[in-house]
Amino acid sequence: MAFLVAHFTQIVFYVLALLAVLGGIGVVTFKNPVHSALSLLGTFLMVAGLFVLRHAEFLAAVQVLVYAGGIMVLFLFVIMLVNVKKLQPEAVFLSAQAPMAVLAGVLVGALVAFGLLAGKLAAAGGVPAALQTVDGKVLGNTEAVGWLLYRQYLVPFEVVSVVLLVAMVGAIVFGLKSASLDRGEGRAER
Amino acid sequence: MWAEILVIVIKVVVVSSVLLTLVPIMVWVERRGAAMIQDRLGPNRVGPFGLLQPIVDAVKLITKEDLTPSGVKGVDRLLYLLAPSIALVVAISVFIAVPFGFDPGLKLFGHAIDGFIVAPNLNLGILYIFAIASLGVYSVVLAGWASNNKYSLMGGIRASAQMVSYELAMTISVVGVLMVSGSFGLQDVVLHQSGTWFGFIPRWNVFPQIIGAITFIVAAFAETNRLPFDLVEAEAELVVGYHTEYSSMRFAAFFMSEYVNMVTASSLIVILFFGGWTLPGFATPAGWLGALVSIGIFAVKVAFFLWFFVWVRWTLPRFRFDQLMALGWKTMIPLAVLNFLLVGAGMALRNL
Amino acid sequence: MSLSDFIPFVPEIFLAAAGLGILLAGITLGKKGVRTLIGSGVAALIVTAVLVWVFGRPQGGPQVILGGMLVLDNLAVFFKLIMIAASIIALIMSAGFLERSPYGGGEYTSLVLFATVGMMVMASGANLASLYVGLELMALSVYILVGYFKLEVKSNEAAVKYFVLGALSSGILVYGISLVYGTLGTLDLRGIHQALAGMAKLNWAAGLGIVLVGFGMLFKVAIVPFHVWTPDAYEGAPTPVTAFISVGPKAAAFAMFLRIFLGAFEPNIAAWRTVMWVAAAATMIFANTAALTQNNVKRMLAYSSIAHAGYALMGIVAGTAMGLWSVMLYMLIYTFMNLGAFGFVILLESRGYAGETIQDYAGLAKRHPAAAAGMLVFMLGLAGIPPTAGFMGKLYVFAAAVQAGYVGLTVIAVVMSAVSLFYYFRIVVQMYLHDGEEDEPAELIRDRWVEAMIFVCVAATLFIGVYPGPMVGWARAGISALGLG
Repeated sequence: MAFLVAHFTQIVFYVLALLAVLGGIGVVTFKNPVHSALSLLGTFLMVAGLFVLRHAEFLAAVQVLVYAGGIMVLFLFVIMLVNVKKLQPEAVFLSAQAPMAVLAGVLVGALVAFGLLAGKLAAAGGVPAALQTVDGKVLGNTEAVGWLLYRQYLVPFEVVSVVLLVAMVGAIVFGLKSASLDRGEGRAER
Repeated sequence: MWAEILVIVIKVVVVSSVLLTLVPIMVWVERRGAAMIQDRLGPNRVGPFGLLQPIVDAVKLITKEDLTPSGVKGVDRLLYLLAPSIALVVAISVFIAVPFGFDPGLKLFGHAIDGFIVAPNLNLGILYIFAIASLGVYSVVLAGWASNNKYSLMGGIRASAQMVSYELAMTISVVGVLMVSGSFGLQDVVLHQSGTWFGFIPRWNVFPQIIGAITFIVAAFAETNRLPFDLVEAEAELVVGYHTEYSSMRFAAFFMSEYVNMVTASSLIVILFFGGWTLPGFATPAGWLGALVSIGIFAVKVAFFLWFFVWVRWTLPRFRFDQLMALGWKTMIPLAVLNFLLVGAGMALRNL
Repeated sequence: MSLSDFIPFVPEIFLAAAGLGILLAGITLGKKGVRTLIGSGVAALIVTAVLVWVFGRPQGGPQVILGGMLVLDNLAVFFKLIMIAASIIALIMSAGFLERSPYGGGEYTSLVLFATVGMMVMASGANLASLYVGLELMALSVYILVGYFKLEVKSNEAAVKYFVLGALSSGILVYGISLVYGTLGTLDLRGIHQALAGMAKLNWAAGLGIVLVGFGMLFKVAIVPFHVWTPDAYEGAPTPVTAFISVGPKAAAFAMFLRIFLGAFEPNIAAWRTVMWVAAAATMIFANTAALTQNNVKRMLAYSSIAHAGYALMGIVAGTAMGLWSVMLYMLIYTFMNLGAFGFVILLESRGYAGETIQDYAGLAKRHPAAAAGMLVFMLGLAGIPPTAGFMGKLYVFAAAVQAGYVGLTVIAVVMSAVSLFYYFRIVVQMYLHDGEEDEPAELIRDRWVEAMIFVCVAATLFIGVYPGPMVGWARAGISALGLG
């Protein structure tokens, strides 16, 4: 019991991290795309839990609201709309590439693990106040994120809004059945 | 420490039992209200005015056979069983961030009760509510998927598109309220609405932000899948959509979650736009009396909006799906954005 | 932060607003308005160039603006003007091409403008966050432009390949950035420089981050072995788009490369220099060899552009002040030569994808002597023969490498430049030594605007080649930006 209390955060961290990784493995191993999508949902929720653990409540809420509540729902929408029941076995694991992919994954993973274990991460340890401080006053994570986003990181923030606009323009360019294209005007020339 | 835990437990128990008790009452109100609007009698055989009808319904549901459609096995069966639980769990857990009464600093067992809200120190407030509520759609989608029934699947697909679309309008329409209150905490939102303008107009957000209030209420209807936005169920086209295959208490779980969601939605409407437990020109008395009075005021306001839900359901016809999406994306979201732009402009002008 | 802090950012804001306006105008004008839309796009770019000159120049030394996200220095101004020029030329070249196609001009023009905004942010970013979002803005716009001819299978294929590999490389880049941030605790380029300089021994995780950022950047500038997307993307894209992506985004990626590697990661130059050395050598050897066998001019020019990225990378390997300004100069020169060469491909492409094979150039000298002479200038320039600017560009890059002690690399570069003569001269031989009577060569179409732009490129290529002084001086002014002195 004393051990549990003393190492509460670490234990929660490892449980959440383990579940997140299991979810990630589920995404690539489930044969049914709906199950894969739900597995990814599990990973997102666990990551939200990790954010809470790091006192980044705003990020956690946004993670749930946007990723779990929005993006994954749209994933499911598309999967159900086209009604993919099962992926073909070869589509699940490209057989020739699987060993190489596993090898590459293990190598990169080992490299990252070694790098992280050997090096010291400079990010401040358990200092929740750092994530909640606005202008020297502790207000809350939401305020701190807002302060950073709309002051220091204003330029990237605004540029990202243009990025999203461009993404929408692209979706419309590719998705729209243009009247002039359908009538075949000018098509003959090319 | 133990007093603290006890206070929290009491809050949880009281809130969840009140929420679940409201369900049979609302079922009765819904059926009698429908009858009233349609000029017929409604259930009137069991008890006075048919008041005991919900109890009979509950007994019927509990004793019914719990069916699983054939062909649903493995992981899908798990999802099939999980869907109604998700619905109910999400519906109830959303309410822990909803304050429902004024706390003048009361103590219980020597421990401050810290407001009439289950989780008072959640600084996310409304964000938490939106985040958890956004998970509610999974119950519908999973039920639709795991039922192995094309009508259910259609319901699930519709739900995913509808909920995501209206969630945007709903979230954006709240931004104006949060801007004027300067806080995500719903208690602060209510406190900000006490008092009056010019001595007679209550300082409720609905007056300056009527556009936001309308968009929020419409989106709340869509998010709770109530008529005129109940395309997820749509008896006429989809049998009853996602819960076609469910029976017994699993069906009841969906049913209950719908009513709990209505209660939450009404509470949010009241808190965000109609001043919560405040009344203009009415000073809440001190002590427990004041707390009870404020809870009473809140309950009356919520009751009105619950009735409003019923009223609308039996008055308006259902939308077509393309109309629903067009309304959501082309009308609701621009209006919601207009609302917060107006609020922002107003605040900027005042600060000049 | 007050409103006046945004004044140096006015060019970007203006250009993005113009992009929005043109997007809206495109909906109302439809297919008929291609020339109007492209004309207004060009006008907006010219105004932006003026705004950059008026508001975007640093007073004195480099100025960090807007919360440390952007920096005003001569490097930024130099690259911004190159990119704006590239966008202007590419847009004007597109006008006739788009008119002959069934596609509208509103989205096209505004995407070019948005891509330019992204490139400008990349050129002046002082923080990995702003650099990365600028990169994404540029990249996303370009993916869409590559697939813009959505009824052409080749265009679709090119867009998908470009997008998938581009997204992968962005992922690698961001992963590297996150490791750098995790170990050093800052995204600010100067902060990273200080943190790395203060480290006695390079941290493993930071080293891994630098490697991954490097891979991501090599991907974006198409260096072997991260070049595989280039030939397909260049071949499948509508030719004016190919012209654009072969210069603008490449210059922007090099600007970002310079800022990150010579600006922030400079203290660890010994560690990453060897990797860059190998990559540059491999690029020059592989791309020049592969270009020899190409029969499609767009593919050949794609391999040629990979090779040129290899030459430019030598300046970064050198890591000196001269290396820096020689890369800047190289990008400027390469922009004009490559745009001009693609201009000819546009003129020959009157019948769909016809006019893309080298045989289509047969006998061009007899039928269109002026055009053949222009193409000759670009081929000479790309091969690096005096008196064209291409020679000057290579000269300074090679000189920088030799000065920094990289004689071996320079020998490889010189040998491979000689190899490149073979494939550039295949076109020249077709134009001048074949009469092209027997195999029905493609006919040049008349398009005054493309011709005018080709003329501008010819003039620039020859002028810088004969009189490089002012451009060298201008590029040299940029070295103060990264403190390489």
